Amino acid sequence: MSMRTPLSQVRGLGSAREGTGHFWHQRLTGIANVPLTIFFVVLLIAMQGADHATAVAVIGSPVVAIFLILAILSVVYHMKLGMQIILEDYVSGELVKTICLMANIFFCTIVALASVFAILKISFGV
Amino acid sequence: MSQSDVKAARPLSPHLQIYKPILTMVTSILQRITGVGLYIGMLLVAWWLVSIVTGPAYYDFVAGLFGSILGYLVLSGFTWALMFHLLGGLCHFLWDTGRGMEKGTLDKIAFVNAAGSIALTVVVWIIALAIA
Repeated sequence: MSMRTPLSQVRGLGSAREGTGHFWHQRLTGIANVPLTIFFVVLLIAMQGADHATAVAVIGSPVVAIFLILAILSVVYHMKLGMQIILEDYVSGELVKTICLMANIFFCTIVALASVFAILKISFGV
Repeated sequence: MSQSDVKAARPLSPHLQIYKPILTMVTSILQRITGVGLYIGMLLVAWWLVSIVTGPAYYDFVAGLFGSILGYLVLSGFTWALMFHLLGGLCHFLWDTGRGMEKGTLDKIAFVNAAGSIALTVVVWIIALAIA
């Protein structure tokens, strides 16, 4: 006889209460990253040696800006999930682990926000 | 014997360093290491984007750094890490469907992952340098 309530069995979220959420989001962002990073690499190749005015014009154009923001958000969320797994695997001290997990979220938030802010500012006019 | 002495005396299960490195093991570890590399490398992407809004002078300074020898070294490392992690990710999607897990197939996949990442990096840089 299971000690778990029928509701918790149906939800299937387990003790961490997120079920397969981490795995699913890792795969979802991973799939999205395939075309988005290819776009990013092609963009960087095309933009090499560009002067400031050209860089503003290219990144400020709507299609580039939209896909660049999508790339940043998907990549940063993917790397937040990945680093979280690495920290949970290798950092054993409870306090140090918690601090590292927090630092991971702070780092990823700053990288994403700085990048998206820059892209939006370029798009709306420096 | 105190509690910590008892714990210290317990035998540990063997870990990475006692095994002979084989290709599938190396690519598996590299998937993580390249992930960490790309994680840190995203700082460069954010820095580059912020440099554009900071102003033309600062953008030229940052672009100059990326265009230096050291910049090229870092960027080609970034490119390889991205290509390796990308191909490794595609392998994981294949394995998620339950396919490609046979021993011989795994060795082939690991080889394609490793060799493909180097080939793609070379191709990307040939195109980049040809355009430049």
